[in-house]
Amino acid sequence: MTAEPILTISGLDVDYGTGASGVRALRNIDLTLHRGEVLGLAGESGSGKSTLAYAVTRLLSPPGVITGGDVHYHRPGGGTIDILALSPEQLRAFRWQELSIVFQGAMNSLNPVHTVHSQLTDVLTAHRPGMRAAERTARAEELLSLVGISTDRLAAYPHQLSGGMRQRVMIAMALALEPEIVIMDEPTTALDVVMQRQILRTLVELRERLSFSVVFITHDISLLIEFSDRIAIMYGGRIVEQAGATEIYRDPRHPYSEGLLHSFPALHGPRRELTGIPGSPPHLSAMPTGCAFHPRCAKAFEPCATRVPVLAAPDADQDREVACWLHR
Amino acid sequence: MKYVLQRLAFYAVTAWAAITINFLIPRLMPGDPVEALMSRYQGQLDTGAIASLKALFGLDENQSLWSQYTGYWSSLLDGDLGLSFTYFPTPVGEVLSDALPWTLALVGITTLISFLLGTGIGVYSGWRRGSWLDGLLPVTTFISSVPYFWLGLIAIALFAVKWPLFPFEGGYDSSLVPAFDWPFISSALYHGVLPGITIVLSAVAGWILGMRNMMVTVSSEDYVMVAQAKGLSERRVMFSYAARNAVLPNISGFALSLGFIVSGTLLVEMVFNYPGIGFRLLQAVGAKDYPLMQGVFLIITLSVLAANLLADMAYALLDPRTRKEA
Ligand SMILES: Nc1ncnc2c1ncn2[C@@H]1O[C@H](COP(=O)(O)OP(=O)(O)OP(=O)(O)O)[C@@H](O)[C@H]1O
Ligand SMILES: [Mg+2]
Repeated sequence: MTAEPILTISGLDVDYGTGASGVRALRNIDLTLHRGEVLGLAGESGSGKSTLAYAVTRLLSPPGVITGGDVHYHRPGGGTIDILALSPEQLRAFRWQELSIVFQGAMNSLNPVHTVHSQLTDVLTAHRPGMRAAERTARAEELLSLVGISTDRLAAYPHQLSGGMRQRVMIAMALALEPEIVIMDEPTTALDVVMQRQILRTLVELRERLSFSVVFITHDISLLIEFSDRIAIMYGGRIVEQAGATEIYRDPRHPYSEGLLHSFPALHGPRRELTGIPGSPPHLSAMPTGCAFHPRCAKAFEPCATRVPVLAAPDADQDREVACWLHR
Repeated sequence: MKYVLQRLAFYAVTAWAAITINFLIPRLMPGDPVEALMSRYQGQLDTGAIASLKALFGLDENQSLWSQYTGYWSSLLDGDLGLSFTYFPTPVGEVLSDALPWTLALVGITTLISFLLGTGIGVYSGWRRGSWLDGLLPVTTFISSVPYFWLGLIAIALFAVKWPLFPFEGGYDSSLVPAFDWPFISSALYHGVLPGITIVLSAVAGWILGMRNMMVTVSSEDYVMVAQAKGLSERRVMFSYAARNAVLPNISGFALSLGFIVSGTLLVEMVFNYPGIGFRLLQAVGAKDYPLMQGVFLIITLSVLAANLLADMAYALLDPRTRKEA
């Protein structure tokens, strides 16, 4: 694995709303995506995964606001872009060209009144002004066959496609400009398991062929263990642990990571007992003091309820971080 | 194509039913309306009018209901709607075809203008919430909440009486002979300004509000977010993604409002003494001119049906989800 970073997020804070009614959705997020890797982002519903994806692409819609931190994109040829400082015009040029995103619930990501063709090609029209119509069509056909859809579906409208096909179209669309980074926000949760596997297999193949970096968001950690390089685990708007996928699987350090691992059946390897995590995730407006996980944590002890653990390497020179008082 | 044919068939059946009801209603009226009318006109009705009345009310004892019905259809297809009393002996068809262009031009054009203007403003104010356009909303909403009757009278009081900028009634200068020449057309346009502006003012708020609300709803759809994430130009996102989808309910609303041009024109033409269909209906009701009333009702029915058909077609054209696979 190369250690060359392509996207660095540091100290990112996001609020929904301001003043008394505001809630803090992301707190002090530090995360690095390396070139060519698949970074998995896992956490229960409401932990802030989508918020992070939106914040990084500056797509947060009101009342969401970024209140602090930086997001930097490192160009492959050298040079760094401060994404949060881009002007609207620069941002438009940056989007999809460098970083594309497959949204959660891609079912509704396609405009029902335009054909697949029109939605695959308008991004080419916007970013490749020199391209001729015939070339755009050829590219759209190429993209569809890339994700295993027959090219005669170009003229179809979204409602004429199955859920899995729509999902594939969204993936094809995300690859239209050969971006460096693709963020996938639960791209397969609405689909049945067979379809999920199929799409993931396509995705893995494509990534090997086209070598883009992926941030893969899901709450299904067993999926991540299988095919991501590194995993970051979120809880209550913070990253509580990040490490290589195998490290997380073999030796989760944060009690929450351990709980998550026991909430999903592993598809390969020895059977584990499914225990789940007692209690439910905290609401943003009533975040527990100290470590947000402590009310649900079996191993909580004296500092957990009062002081927030910082994300730091648990042992001297390991390539992993955890935010837990057990490992200080 | 199959869809179009299906809809056409559906509307043909509906039109047939409406016309049949139009035929039956006067025949179901109790008593002898012709006698009542004749006594009201105190023998001034001429025999032709009485014959046409008898035919209308089905009092022609020599004919069965069925032969009356077939006769009704054949004269309808000839454009023969009987004779009007108020304009005796002008045939109803002629009275209507004289009045219809006025209504269609005035209310048709102003309906189109209010729709385009309101939708345009709605698109922008829904997309850029909090811009100065939002200040327009309370104003237009207030104006549209004023009953049209009042609005028209106020407009006349201000701009025709206090400051006599515009004529206060009629469709053209009565000293002119209707013709396709400039003096007549310019006079017609000039007479149309005040009623036209009042119609637009009272109707535009509805279009703005409808479009603005739809824009707000559609703006939070996933596909609009995707369009933004794709780095498309703001114009493209706003028109091709947000407005294109948000306009659908407004389009069908517009097509339906076309159907109400004829029926909704009554108040306007009353206030401005405008020589259109609504004014004729008013006269017909006042004079118990049943043949003319029936003619107006027929036109209203048919125009509502035609507008519904148009709405269906427009929707099918604009929203692929309603198109059935052939
Ligand atoms: N527009 C909003 N206004 C207020 N709070 C919001 C808004 N959008 C999200 N939130 C809150 O932010 C938190 C994080 O939401 P987010 O959608 O990022 O969660 P997630 O991890 O993606 O969950 P899921 O797995 O269900 O998709 C949630 O507690 C949610 O209630
Ligand atoms: Mg989410």
